[in-house]
Amino acid sequence: MNKEKSYSSSGLKIFLWVALVLLVNGSALAKSSLNMTQGVTEFSKIAYDLHMIVLWICVVIGVLVFGAMIYSMFAHRKSKGVTAAQFSHSTTAEIIWTVIPIVILIIIAFPATKALIKMEAPTDAEGKNIVMDMTIKVTGFQWKWKYDYLDEGISFLSTLKSDSNIARQIGSGINPATVENYLLDVDHPLVIPVDTNIRILLTANDVIHSWWVPEFGWKRDAVPGFVNEAWTNVKKIGTYRGQCAELCGKDHGFMPVVVNVVSKEDYANWVESQKGEQKVAAVKNNAQWSKVDLISKGKEVFNSQCATCHQATGKGMPPTFPALDGSAVVNGPIDEQIKTVVFGRKGTAMAAFGGILSESDIAAAITYTRNAWGNTAKDVAQPKDVKKIKNS
Amino acid sequence: MKKTVLKTALFAVLMFGFAFALIPLYDTFCEITGLNGKTSGQVEADLVKNQVIDENRKVIVQFDSSVNSELNWEFRPTEFEMEVIPGKFYHTEFYAKNLSNKDITGQATYSVTPAKASLYFNKTECFCFTKQTLKAHEEVKMPVTFIVDTKLANDVKIMTLSYTFFKLES
Amino acid sequence: MSHAETHSHDHDHDHKPKGFVKRWLMTTNHKDIGTLYLIFSLTMFIFGGALAMIIRLELFQPGLQFVQPEFFNQLTTMHALIMVFGAVMPAFVGFANWMIPIMIGAPDMALPRMNNWSFWILPFAFTMLASTFFMDGGAPAAGWTLYPPLVLQGGHNLAFAVFAIHMLGISSIMGAINVIATIMNMRAPNMGYLKMPLFVWTWLITAFLLIAVMPVFAGAVTMLLTDHYFGTSFFNAAGGGDPVLFQHIFWFFGHPEVYIMILPSFGIISEIIPTFARKPLFGYVSMVYATAGIAFLSFIVWAHHMFSVGMPLGGELFFMYATFLISIPTGVKVFNWVSTMWKGSMTFETPMLWSIAFIILFTIGGFSGLMLAIAPADFQYHDTYFVVAHFHYVLVTGAVFAIIGGVYYWIPKWTGNMYSERLGKIHFWWSVISVNVLFFPQHFLGLAGMPRRIPDYSVQFANWNMWSSIGGFAFGLAQIFFCIIVWRTIKGKGTSKATDRVWEGAKGLEWFIPSPAPHHTFQDGAPVNDEHLAHVSSH
Repeated sequence: MNKEKSYSSSGLKIFLWVALVLLVNGSALAKSSLNMTQGVTEFSKIAYDLHMIVLWICVVIGVLVFGAMIYSMFAHRKSKGVTAAQFSHSTTAEIIWTVIPIVILIIIAFPATKALIKMEAPTDAEGKNIVMDMTIKVTGFQWKWKYDYLDEGISFLSTLKSDSNIARQIGSGINPATVENYLLDVDHPLVIPVDTNIRILLTANDVIHSWWVPEFGWKRDAVPGFVNEAWTNVKKIGTYRGQCAELCGKDHGFMPVVVNVVSKEDYANWVESQKGEQKVAAVKNNAQWSKVDLISKGKEVFNSQCATCHQATGKGMPPTFPALDGSAVVNGPIDEQIKTVVFGRKGTAMAAFGGILSESDIAAAITYTRNAWGNTAKDVAQPKDVKKIKNS
Repeated sequence: MKKTVLKTALFAVLMFGFAFALIPLYDTFCEITGLNGKTSGQVEADLVKNQVIDENRKVIVQFDSSVNSELNWEFRPTEFEMEVIPGKFYHTEFYAKNLSNKDITGQATYSVTPAKASLYFNKTECFCFTKQTLKAHEEVKMPVTFIVDTKLANDVKIMTLSYTFFKLES
Repeated sequence: MSHAETHSHDHDHDHKPKGFVKRWLMTTNHKDIGTLYLIFSLTMFIFGGALAMIIRLELFQPGLQFVQPEFFNQLTTMHALIMVFGAVMPAFVGFANWMIPIMIGAPDMALPRMNNWSFWILPFAFTMLASTFFMDGGAPAAGWTLYPPLVLQGGHNLAFAVFAIHMLGISSIMGAINVIATIMNMRAPNMGYLKMPLFVWTWLITAFLLIAVMPVFAGAVTMLLTDHYFGTSFFNAAGGGDPVLFQHIFWFFGHPEVYIMILPSFGIISEIIPTFARKPLFGYVSMVYATAGIAFLSFIVWAHHMFSVGMPLGGELFFMYATFLISIPTGVKVFNWVSTMWKGSMTFETPMLWSIAFIILFTIGGFSGLMLAIAPADFQYHDTYFVVAHFHYVLVTGAVFAIIGGVYYWIPKWTGNMYSERLGKIHFWWSVISVNVLFFPQHFLGLAGMPRRIPDYSVQFANWNMWSSIGGFAFGLAQIFFCIIVWRTIKGKGTSKATDRVWEGAKGLEWFIPSPAPHHTFQDGAPVNDEHLAHVSSH
């Protein structure tokens, strides 16, 4: 008797523990990943509110309809000896359940329409038109983003950070949980000022992409040859992460969007430093580089732009993505390799990088591959060599 | 029975044709509504005459360019933006240079955002959808003359004319 | 039961052609062709399901473990194409072939030889489609929506996919013409339009949808083909085309297409519920109008799949409102089913269980559909797992559940054997629990920001993906179990003989012929009295 009691009490204990663990887990989940984010813009809040309104309407309708059905399943069963009624229509009932949904839909349509109008023609609290403070052009590439600050003349590529890129490979042996912001981090995030009306133009270079930061409350397609427009005004400083949302080929899952929202002063400073850096880059693009510099820069470029296919180890993923370690092209005449990188290889997965990367980046990446792993060429490509072939 | 079969089969064939008919229909639809940023092609003479100009109304027109990565050209607007008064003619130029040692033919597409403004952006001179062949290292200025219709919605304060140049495969 | 003798004695089992080739390859018998369609559909269901299992295996935990991203994209693309065109649609054509002639008292389909042809095209079409897996560069990988320019990067698999789509399109159109011709011309005397079973009605409307949109789809993929091989620029921006135009054409086909996959399910459910409630279908006429209304609306809502593509305000509003409207006739249907159950005298045999699960889970899919219709919220939902959850609720717990329920409902009539009620119930509970573990967490994943069609994900999504995969494996296994149940029923293992009436509350002509249904029925016309019918428009 006693023993039994202790059994049952230990059973109860286990049950309570399990319940507690589930509860803690559950509430942690509720915070992080059960529902849509409220975000950090006016628009994300609107989307969230609409989402919640309709969700609750659906829950109420569901409870009523399923409740009636489940009641009926218990009350009107043959095993209880009921005989079936034989009615087969009721005009009143049918009118009621046509009219009520119409009313509900009209109620939903109002806030939804208001939200769309606001998105299309941005207005402030007094209903006055908002004037945009700056314009950023977002261009989707397979598989990276390019950001052009049209007012400032700043321009850069934003690619998946190499630690994620290395960890994601099959057989990498790296646990994704150990990588900070796995798959949601980039080498050069978009930087924008807080509390600023920003016009965002979207287009693409190759296929359709879709630019999405959940915290901003919308996604918009980037279509090659066309320009789409959207706008945002972020109210809170922070780093916000999203992903490409339109299937764009092999590495669709590996082109995150990262936006650093900073104070206006920090933004001004950042713009200055970027302009400086771009000047330096322009000079470097025309300069003669030392082999050491080329190799160290080249490793960086290779890991962010080339390792997706050819792998950081240079082993590639044959047959689609050939190995560069021991490759005939990488160990052959250097002009042939430059041509391959600049113009791509028609009919293969090799893209033309001539229009995407700078000449110095291409020269550096090529130099790196010719000196890395077991490769024996050991020679050097200079930016001017790349330029010569690019313009040939 | 034969009639039913024939009618339904004919209907199916017509629907196949309808898919192709959607192409011109869509173009017309876009021209009427401004969907996809296409502007109405040619300015009609009376459109210009009928403009009631409000000298105090200012709209910013931005110019933007993209070059597809397969085309080895430099291509950019000569000025970034312009303040315009709807109803008046303006003129700007885009600069293009063939960076390569070969003659290359390119073709430009354009779009105007926001979509609802594109209807009211009229070009009298432009280089869109015509083949442009640039000789090796040739530079050209490509002119655009345009007029923003006074019927443009009042809430549009800023619009962008964007060109993308693609390489035309020979 | 009592009417069996009026039909049975003069068409017994001896008229079946002998030999495999004559019986199956050259058959013009609607029942045999129906059987072929159903077997083909089950085969494709298992094949498409196997692809889904690999997808769920890869998504079981973050990081890439089993497949490369490009192969993953092939898997999602082929899974969808095979399930849509190979599993769900042929299953409904199978039901149509088997049941429509019997239900309206016709001796066969109107065009029996074309019927043979429209089936035998299918295995070739899908062999061709599946063969792309072994091609250089693999199978199509741009998603079943085949959006350009991405799909044009795919190499020669595009040509194979397009020709396969042409063939299965021709097959569907011929099947649809056959259904229309049969229903409009071969009804037994006294079988007025408003006396037809609802399954026949939903199929008639579906057939019209098919001949209206399958040719449009064929046209769209033809344009892809010429863009790829003959230098046209329908969808190529560089040549003056517009890639977004393809999306408009595709969804002009695509939205009616999803109703092609759900309307016959409505028909099946509307047959099953009255039988087990022992009560006539509530609101028969409004069901017919609701079905027609849904079909009509399906043509004017297509761009709700494209809210984030950048449409003008007027377009977004129009497509949002039009989509709202669809929930009204759909709601009518759900209310009518519940009212049919209300004050009935219900029993819960396996087909009824699947139908009840259909009503609840399909409605949940409808709710998320209503949420997706709200354009400003769709800017968040679009292309996330929320959408994946939505369309799997309407297509798996909707269309597939109705198909499985229909198989349990009619298989005694087809084979002459009762399935094992015990195994059927195990299959049901196993499936209904696992399918919710599989798809419900995907709502959370989507809301938390996980895009669809990605082979790997950030660790914050790991928890629910693991649950979803576990549910997926369990649901997959349950369907292998289903195959075993079907096999045992056909072979009569562990089962009893079916009566002619099969179900106590069954109404409709199919229950007045013997079980199994003889090879030929109603050769000399069917003497249809109102007492044979489930629906008598006498109000």
